[in-house]
Amino acid sequence: MPLSTQSQIEDEQYVFMASLDNARNISNILKAIAFKDHAVFTATPNGLKVTVEDSKCLQANAFIQVEVFQEFTIKEDVVGFQVNLTVLLDCLNIFGGSTAPGVSTALRICYKGYGYPLTLFLEEGGVVTVCKINTEEPEETIDFEFCSSDVTNKIILQSENLKEAFSELDMTSEVLQFTMSPNQPYFRLSTFGNSGNAHYDYSKDSDMMELFKCTKTQTNRYKMSLLKPSTKALALSCKVSVRTNSRGFLSLQYLIRNDDGQICFVEFYCCPDEDVEED
Amino acid sequence: MQCVVTGGNVKVLAKAIHSLSRIGDELYVEPQEDGLALRSVNSSRSAYACFLFSPLFFSRYSTPNGHDFRCKMAIKSVQAVFRSLATLEKTVEKCHIELDEHKNKLTFTLHCKHGLLKTHNLSFQDSESLQAVFDKDNCANVFRAQPRVLVDTVVHFAPSLEEVTVSVSDERMWIKNHVEDEAERSKAMLTELCLASDEFDHFAVQAQNSITFCLKELRGLLVFAEATGLPVSIYFDEPGSPVVLSVADSVLEGNFVLATLSDEPSVHKNNSRGTRSAPSPPPDDFMNDDIDSYLIAMDTSVAPEPLTASPPRPPRPSLPDSTCSKRPAAANHRTRTHSDEGKEEDGEEDETVDSDRPPNKKFRSLFFGSVLPPSSQMSTQPMSCQEVLASDSEDESQTD
Repeated sequence: MPLSTQSQIEDEQYVFMASLDNARNISNILKAIAFKDHAVFTATPNGLKVTVEDSKCLQANAFIQVEVFQEFTIKEDVVGFQVNLTVLLDCLNIFGGSTAPGVSTALRICYKGYGYPLTLFLEEGGVVTVCKINTEEPEETIDFEFCSSDVTNKIILQSENLKEAFSELDMTSEVLQFTMSPNQPYFRLSTFGNSGNAHYDYSKDSDMMELFKCTKTQTNRYKMSLLKPSTKALALSCKVSVRTNSRGFLSLQYLIRNDDGQICFVEFYCCPDEDVEED
Repeated sequence: MQCVVTGGNVKVLAKAIHSLSRIGDELYVEPQEDGLALRSVNSSRSAYACFLFSPLFFSRYSTPNGHDFRCKMAIKSVQAVFRSLATLEKTVEKCHIELDEHKNKLTFTLHCKHGLLKTHNLSFQDSESLQAVFDKDNCANVFRAQPRVLVDTVVHFAPSLEEVTVSVSDERMWIKNHVEDEAERSKAMLTELCLASDEFDHFAVQAQNSITFCLKELRGLLVFAEATGLPVSIYFDEPGSPVVLSVADSVLEGNFVLATLSDEPSVHKNNSRGTRSAPSPPPDDFMNDDIDSYLIAMDTSVAPEPLTASPPRPPRPSLPDSTCSKRPAAANHRTRTHSDEGKEEDGEEDETVDSDRPPNKKFRSLFFGSVLPPSSQMSTQPMSCQEVLASDSEDESQTD
């Protein structure tokens, strides 16, 4: 692994340094949340969290656990920075996007600290590309106060079933309505489009349903435009957990298995749409 | 109306809707006593398609007795119900269709694997009965072929090709791409396929004719025919009268009625009426044509070396909407099949005269029974051949 042969002295200047053998393991996850340009990176000894927000109503977090990296050193408890995610993904795709079988690009991510650029070393077949991306002043991320003690309804189902529904969603509908209930219809997705409405009902006894814990009937609407970006994460995932809290906030957690069989999580929080009259 | 479709028939129904979507933007639904009729017509009313699913196609079929009800809706919204055609067979176990007149709702309920239930409530508009008037049983030329034969034939033509010309003799059928005018002809690639009569299950020619019609709709039908494995029958008479493509088995029947290019002088005279009901052909169908002919005209004006001694024609750019002179097709036709001589002679002369005239509308619209008051007898009753040719101005008012 040529990247790791670099001198220790050089490494010591970095407050955060991580490397992995296959850059695609990280770029795939980042793609799943790349619906806005700017992403806040938070590195802790547990791993890397990448946060993207939209309109103060939607937050996506990608958790890349420390196990995914071959090397992960962090000099402080928390290291945070903000970069342009589109630029970062472009770098990863252009210089590490080889899809040829058996070819993988090694990646090392280095950050010296506040004010310094984020440095990427990408190595493929003995060629090393160095990319420096200017970091930005990190914006404060929203705390959705979605704590697990406040969860009203929760289901876990295999993504396969939900993928079908999401790929067929009537995009002329402004909202996607989630109904979760201990009674029928248990779990229902509804759209209200130009040509009529559509409901997708999931039975709680289905073999696709891994967990069904609904305590109260809740019907909430979420902006389709906000939820649509989560489709990318859904496509990569193998399981999804759908939770709502007492205020009607939605949490979608996607469990994603990467090429090497390691598990990452992508999580979306979404505010409910303003209450509307039931018709 | 209530009906239940199960198993493989769900896919058949979905394929039918998809092939109807190749014709027009709206789906006309009419539950009849003899089955569920799904129909569509294109915006210029030069192509019409109808599928009739008999009650036996369904595992349950019931219509309210005593009164007719029909409606139309955007075909796209119905297509959305069956969006994932590929997985449909594997996932959908049962499809329940219910037409609720009082709530103005057409409900499709798909019972899928893993207990997933998809319910689509589609709104609809009331509509008049849509019925093309055609009489395929009295057509002079009748063919029947396995879908594979036609699919393999059509595959040789570029997806952008709009029309094909089909010519028949006693033993052969020629299919070639239709090129509009002389200038284009010298540049275009010409593709012609010849099918011998033994490729067909049935081959009966009474009139050795040559017709030109749109390929898009034929392709649409072939998608259905291939998926269901049903042989395709072709019925036609002469240029200008419609060609009927149909598939049928014991529980369903599909008819596609397409206008053909007319090159008969008598027809041209009527045509002033026809053009009115089809004022502007859909841009996606004809736009490319116009640009092409324009560009070619520009091109030839730079190097004015006519490859063929054609009579002087008005400059093309001044006729951006120009269609074509039918000369090339007809001429070509004559040189190839001498036996046609007698029949073609008149047409041929008239064509020459024609070429200096302002161009005519390519396809005339079909005459629809929709102008008649809704009546149950209308549904599948064929009318006389004559009326097929005429297009009524009242027709236009019905379109919107």
